[in-house]
Amino acid sequence: MEIFAPLLQYLISGLTNGAIYALIALGFGIIYNATTIINFAQGEMVMLGALCAISIYHLAPSLPLAFAGAVVLVTCVGLIFERLALSPVKDPTPIALIIITVGGAVLIKGVAMLLWGKEAYNLPPFSGDAPIHLGPATILPQNLWVLGITAIAVAALEAFFRLTLVGKAMRACAYNTRAARLVGIAAGRMVQLSFGISAALGAGAGILIAPLTLGVYDMGTMLGLKGFSAAIIGGLGSMAGGVLGGLVLGVAEALATGFISSGYRDAVAFLLLLLVLFLRPQGLTGGRK
Amino acid sequence: MKTKAILVGVILALAGLGLICLGCGGAKKTEPYVVGGIFSISGPASYLGEPERNSMEMVAEAVNAQGGINGRPLKLVIYDDEGDVTKARLHATKLAQDKDCLAVIGPSLTHTSMATLEITQKAKLPLISCAAGIGITVPAKERVWVFKTAQTDQMAVDRIYQYLQKANLQQVAILTVSTGFGVSGKEQLLALASKYGIQVVAQEVFGEKDTDMTPQLTKLRGTPAQAVICWGTGPAPALVAKNMKQLGLTLPLIQSHGVASKKFIELAGDAGDGIILPAGKLAVWQQLPDTDPQKAVCKEYAEKYQAKFKAPESSFGGYAYDAIRMLNQALAKAGSDREKIRGELEGLKNFVGISGIFNMSPEDHNGLSPAAFVMVKIQKGGFQLID
Repeated sequence: MEIFAPLLQYLISGLTNGAIYALIALGFGIIYNATTIINFAQGEMVMLGALCAISIYHLAPSLPLAFAGAVVLVTCVGLIFERLALSPVKDPTPIALIIITVGGAVLIKGVAMLLWGKEAYNLPPFSGDAPIHLGPATILPQNLWVLGITAIAVAALEAFFRLTLVGKAMRACAYNTRAARLVGIAAGRMVQLSFGISAALGAGAGILIAPLTLGVYDMGTMLGLKGFSAAIIGGLGSMAGGVLGGLVLGVAEALATGFISSGYRDAVAFLLLLLVLFLRPQGLTGGRK
Repeated sequence: MKTKAILVGVILALAGLGLICLGCGGAKKTEPYVVGGIFSISGPASYLGEPERNSMEMVAEAVNAQGGINGRPLKLVIYDDEGDVTKARLHATKLAQDKDCLAVIGPSLTHTSMATLEITQKAKLPLISCAAGIGITVPAKERVWVFKTAQTDQMAVDRIYQYLQKANLQQVAILTVSTGFGVSGKEQLLALASKYGIQVVAQEVFGEKDTDMTPQLTKLRGTPAQAVICWGTGPAPALVAKNMKQLGLTLPLIQSHGVASKKFIELAGDAGDGIILPAGKLAVWQQLPDTDPQKAVCKEYAEKYQAKFKAPESSFGGYAYDAIRMLNQALAKAGSDREKIRGELEGLKNFVGISGIFNMSPEDHNGLSPAAFVMVKIQKGGFQLID
């Protein structure tokens, strides 16, 4: 009982953060599948999502509008980023493209700093902030929103990839781009679409987490790295892997903070990443390769 | 041929020297007093560096508009260290090598100040730091050339413990940020506890950029703590307040002076209500009695700053405001002699500043007492003077 009481609270905290990591990890995975590159600007989409939602909310205080508006805006940023920075590259080797995404991340962060300044901003929680008691632990409505919307997003993505023609075409590109081209799939379009979906996922993650953590121009970098770790831990490119990796990472961090020491929080994420790379480089769920 | 070339060279060199001497002879009277500044103007600590730079420039502008000091204008050379130790040291080296530079104000943070003071000490260049860490000026016998205007953590801890003693709360949990500010605060919280009969029953740490402190706070649930003291700056302490509300922890929350800004109230929102913290008098200057000598200084600073920058004043900017004003006083008496400036700063008495009333001495290069802080409570989106 002594141990159980805080454990539940750690799990709630860990699963909430883990769900955010999972959304970001999925974004990494989708782009990786379409292009075999890692989009290091993914974390900045999270930041943009949070800050855009906050700005829209200040203009018109309606949370659904802020949510939808921010997702649409950031999706456009993702699409434009792919069109302007990645698709014109003459010799698109993965390493060149990855370096471009790193540059893009720095640029987006810099522009955000100019637009929003260096201060943190508040976004009100979606449905109040009265904690709900759950045995010895408490949970905020916002935690439930994070978990719920993540679950819906994952289910919707899964359905999109399994059931729709476009989703199937994207998967075909992931398995074998050349073969997909030969049967008439516009691979370039699919790449662009993958950037759009990833940006939308990142934006969603940012908006969900903003009421809990505040929105600030430099929040994206660390979240991006954590999401990347989650994607690798779970198995890059696998949907189930991204979700599993995110949740494992979030819970591991919370448990390490709770039971060992709060100083080890970030260390745990990257230690876990190294362990997986050493012992199971294909990730927990196998994935490709 | 060769001798001719050497001859020409010598003549040119002599001519050059002559020109240099002409230069130094002529401009002596209106040559500016050069004062350096190193602040964290960008980066995570920009909320400190930006108002500090603004305040310093505001004072220099006013001084120069009135004909300068001893008829000589002030010239500021301000660098941005981005909160980075390496950059702070680089800028300090540049300033130390500049023979015209008479003193340096800053840096903004404890760890950048500690790194910078090694360089300025060696160069015998007076440094007035704007950071809180007590180690910057202690021991003063070793820190001959270093002064600081920010209240030390020790004074804030003194005030908090005095308050807890009065409220009859003996067991506290402390939650500190892992940066220099938090480490220094933790040291003082632990060191002074026994003096006030206070027991620290739990110690937790969080990262500057952490976004979820519920695990740390959950651990506090099982302890006999009667109050939580959080020591941090930036958005993280606001999250601590929010997380406590989320967990339904109703213990009184005491924050450090590091969050004594309106921005913090805004970020903490509803969760901020009832938080108690030590703050410089600037935060509540309207509520000070008219007999308080600092009231007039705070009023002048707050009104001028708001008019010029269209932004709320902050006690952080006040550190630089005090520093440049006391330096101006020293410059007026000592002129452009680093040694004499140092002497004037060390002899400064009853200097009424934003952060308190300074009484420097060879043993104390900060010159403030715990009375520099007042205890305030956050109520209805503002600070309420309570002690």
